[in-house]
Amino acid sequence: MTSTTHAPMTDTPNSGTQLPAHVPAHTANSMQTGPVQWIICEHCDSLYEALPLSKGESAHCLRCAAVLGRSHRLSIEQLLALSIAAFVMFVFANVFPVISISMQGLHNEVTLWGSVQALAQGQITLIALVAGLAIILAPALQIALLFWVLFHAHRNEIAPGFKMCMRTLEHLRPWSMLEVCLLGILVAIVKLAGMLDVHAGVGLWAMAMLMVLIVLIAGKDIRRLWDELGVEPL
Amino acid sequence: MNGIPFAREHRVTLCHVCGYVCPDDAHECPRCDSSVHRRKPNSLARTWAFLIAGLIFYIPANVLPVMYTTMLGSSSENTIMSGVIEFAEGGSWDIAILIFIASVIVPCIKFLVLGLLLVTCQRRSTWAMRERSRLFRFIELIGYWSMLDVLVVALVAALVQFHGLSTIEPRLGILFFGLVVVMTMLAAMTFDPRLIWDAEVEDVR
Repeated sequence: MTSTTHAPMTDTPNSGTQLPAHVPAHTANSMQTGPVQWIICEHCDSLYEALPLSKGESAHCLRCAAVLGRSHRLSIEQLLALSIAAFVMFVFANVFPVISISMQGLHNEVTLWGSVQALAQGQITLIALVAGLAIILAPALQIALLFWVLFHAHRNEIAPGFKMCMRTLEHLRPWSMLEVCLLGILVAIVKLAGMLDVHAGVGLWAMAMLMVLIVLIAGKDIRRLWDELGVEPL
Repeated sequence: MNGIPFAREHRVTLCHVCGYVCPDDAHECPRCDSSVHRRKPNSLARTWAFLIAGLIFYIPANVLPVMYTTMLGSSSENTIMSGVIEFAEGGSWDIAILIFIASVIVPCIKFLVLGLLLVTCQRRSTWAMRERSRLFRFIELIGYWSMLDVLVVALVAALVQFHGLSTIEPRLGILFFGLVVVMTMLAAMTFDPRLIWDAEVEDVR
């Protein structure tokens, strides 16, 4: 096998120079031995040798241009703190109404749970389950599981049930739709503002902050725990 | 570009759950215990199935009403398109465009792109592989925004409950619309983008 020295594109916003973050694998022999870290592009199956990224850098696949990895912006400690903040915001977002309206002296308000319940009518109950998963259950589980693994990671331990927690987090990610929910709340406010008095509730502000926090803590970046905690393959 | 080795040439496979580089005869990832496949099993057939199911649900989603409104005695039913038109006529162009993009353009783009990817992969086309990879990542990214309309209907129906004066209820169309979103999301998840690049080389299963 011939060896080549392709290095994937690396974004270095600060310096503008290209650093070889990942180089393609050379020989099959080096696969089994040595402390070399490998990265496979999940979109095209290209194999690269992983090199550490410095702050602000990201590595891209040369073949299909997908992102191979990014540098970690937050420490474990910061992630743990943000997950606690996310828990508080989640409670606020669910306890307080997100929108309240009034019309001719009558008053009504809605929480996230209330909006899910509104869908749970007869034939269409199935969609209430999807909505409940997307805006309440998935974010709640994400926060709980992240807190669990990060709390232990902070103390340099592998959390009990670590593998299951990490797998669940991976499977939950596509179904957590807080961004969409936030936009939905804003659209609903504009929609109703034409015919009624509409007020944004405390829940809406909590929701907005929760969304930012979830984006920060629940991304693919959490996979680093596998390496950082040194979870040994069997 | 041909200099970059494929993982399978080195007898390794990616674990999609934890990113571990597994030996390619492994059925379970040694690190996280989730099942590992060289390629997602029956990717093309499953993606077709979800895509066609999504297309079928898309018809009642557009034809059936999604919302039933009573306002001071008069009542009306709205489909997705009539809701968009109502917004546009009411002067809120921004919201009309937003809902139109989320409920019509995004699902249609997903149908077209997934169909294109499936057909080109089945024909083992080597046309625009890099761009097709980008297209796949794009539909993965925009997919779930279609849930917007479902959540708007849920919120509005929960709020406007003034019996005798005005009520809004969800209708069957929203169920089908939600199912379209779920089906297209599942279709994108079962599609294996590595199949795009397999056209370059011998069969991988």
